[in-house]
Amino acid sequence: MNNIIVMPMIIPLMTGIILIFLRTRTNSQRIISILSSIATIAVSIVILNRIQNEGILRLDFGGWLPPYGILFVADSFSMLLVITTSIVTGILLIYAFSSIGIQHESMFFYPFIFFLVAGINGSFLTGDLFNLFVCFEVMLLSSYVLITMGGRKIQLVESIKYVTINVLSSWFFLIGIAYLYGTVGTLNMAHLSVRIAEVGQGPLLTVISLMFLIVFSLKAGLLLYFWLPGSYSAPPTVVAALFGALLTKVGIYAMFRMFTLIFYHETIITHTVIGIMAILTMIGGSIGALAYNDIRKIVSYNVVIAVGFILAGLAMSSEIAFEGAIYYLIHDMIVKALLFLIAGTVIYLTGKSKIEEMSGLIRNYPMLGWLFFITMLSLTGIPPLSGFISKVYLGQGAIETGSYLLLAVAFMSGIFVLYSLLRIFLNCFWGETIINEDDDVPLKKGMLIPCILFAIMTIAIGIGVEGLAPYVSDAARTLMNPDIYIEAVLQGNR
Amino acid sequence: METLITVLVGLLVTIAVYLLLSRNLIRVILGTALLSHAAHLLLMTMGKGLKKGSAPLLGENAASYVDALPQALILTAIVISFAVTAFLLVLAYRTYKKTGTDDLYALRGLDDE
Repeated sequence: MNNIIVMPMIIPLMTGIILIFLRTRTNSQRIISILSSIATIAVSIVILNRIQNEGILRLDFGGWLPPYGILFVADSFSMLLVITTSIVTGILLIYAFSSIGIQHESMFFYPFIFFLVAGINGSFLTGDLFNLFVCFEVMLLSSYVLITMGGRKIQLVESIKYVTINVLSSWFFLIGIAYLYGTVGTLNMAHLSVRIAEVGQGPLLTVISLMFLIVFSLKAGLLLYFWLPGSYSAPPTVVAALFGALLTKVGIYAMFRMFTLIFYHETIITHTVIGIMAILTMIGGSIGALAYNDIRKIVSYNVVIAVGFILAGLAMSSEIAFEGAIYYLIHDMIVKALLFLIAGTVIYLTGKSKIEEMSGLIRNYPMLGWLFFITMLSLTGIPPLSGFISKVYLGQGAIETGSYLLLAVAFMSGIFVLYSLLRIFLNCFWGETIINEDDDVPLKKGMLIPCILFAIMTIAIGIGVEGLAPYVSDAARTLMNPDIYIEAVLQGNR
Repeated sequence: METLITVLVGLLVTIAVYLLLSRNLIRVILGTALLSHAAHLLLMTMGKGLKKGSAPLLGENAASYVDALPQALILTAIVISFAVTAFLLVLAYRTYKKTGTDDLYALRGLDDE
């Protein structure tokens, strides 16, 4: 039994419950939340290292052996994402301390952050389709609360859209589960994979797989991203950063699992559809990122471009492309959080969100300006930073599989990312300063330190790729060879 | 029986889509609630027939038992859909209090305060 692999979900869940009782005690809430994030990070790193020694770990709840019971499965791919999630949340919590305000803090802000993390980690770890649904709902319900918390008009209006879309996609998810259960009679992911390999992925199963594609596209913002820019720019900075860094990644993770483990037989149909959707997503995201002059909208559309870029890796479906996509996932979670934080900080400092209305911020806040510069370089994929290695691998994968169109669009999207961020940089940070000495809002240390931590992380990942490589290549190998996963889960009793 | 339930699911989805497409916020919420009920009924029907044996755990002598998994699934799904519907209703109420309208067209294109 590997009871340890339930910890990344249990620790945030218990923390959330404990924090509910400490509603009015802000300081103890802060201390407990930081301690709990550190504990989650530590446990996750331990698990990841155990996976390297012992292979994929699994935990059967109540001792019911798969395929009958429900279970958690931890492989390198899911654990890498769990670790990144925990680190990002931990750093964002530091930002929240100085920015979110006492009103939020005493209205169950931290508990819901932890419930959100519990849902996200649960989705990464579960080995069962229905539990994936449940963890998705835990995550979504907490995100509904976080997006509406504060009750400003724009938040309420945007969250109606967000909630309705997600209820619809949950409905599709349930229908997909119903049809899949009706067709193959199991919901355990490894068992599903075995059964589908036995009967062959006929047209009916392909249609079901496309249904799941719609569901996860809605969650991940692949092509169906119309709800994303509005709802990600409405909530406070920390929440927006949390959403931009983590929420879409869960949909991407689910899509990777579904289309590498379960529905990998009809790649001509499913993966081509994913490829086309990825291309359209990157084009649409690039257009959006250039079209708006609201800094929050530009940043939100950058999330969309990244989703298209990562799923281009899934569409190529080769081991190297998977490696690139995993590197990009990790890189993107960190750098998107940083980007959202800087955008939010700029809005906090100037009180404006249109990029034409600000200028010369780098004179007043040089550190922030250079951090934004690093973010920009990292997102574009300049060598010493973390975006580079993923682009190399993805390009290599694309050439290997001959998907040149995907390659062209993916690399073009990088240029659009650079251009859209350069617009922010030139308009907001460069030029004559508009803030005179008296109106200069002091930049709080608690806001700057998280940004610096994220910047250090992106540099560290870029330079320390050697250290990360064994884990990522193991994750890509597991994705490419579903038998490893199936063997670890079912262990012969099919 | 299955045919009847399937027709019922179709009917529910029709009504739900009609409600979802309307301008009134409460109607949209009712639409999502109906939609989730349709999904639950479909889950029920999918479990190898609605009732093909006796209830599990009540005895050990029956020739066949009914599939318990769909029941467990919809039990969870119903709870989740209740929670989401409750949240949506409160959200709608707050939005109505704040904006003074429950017409979705009027809520569109709100500028950033």
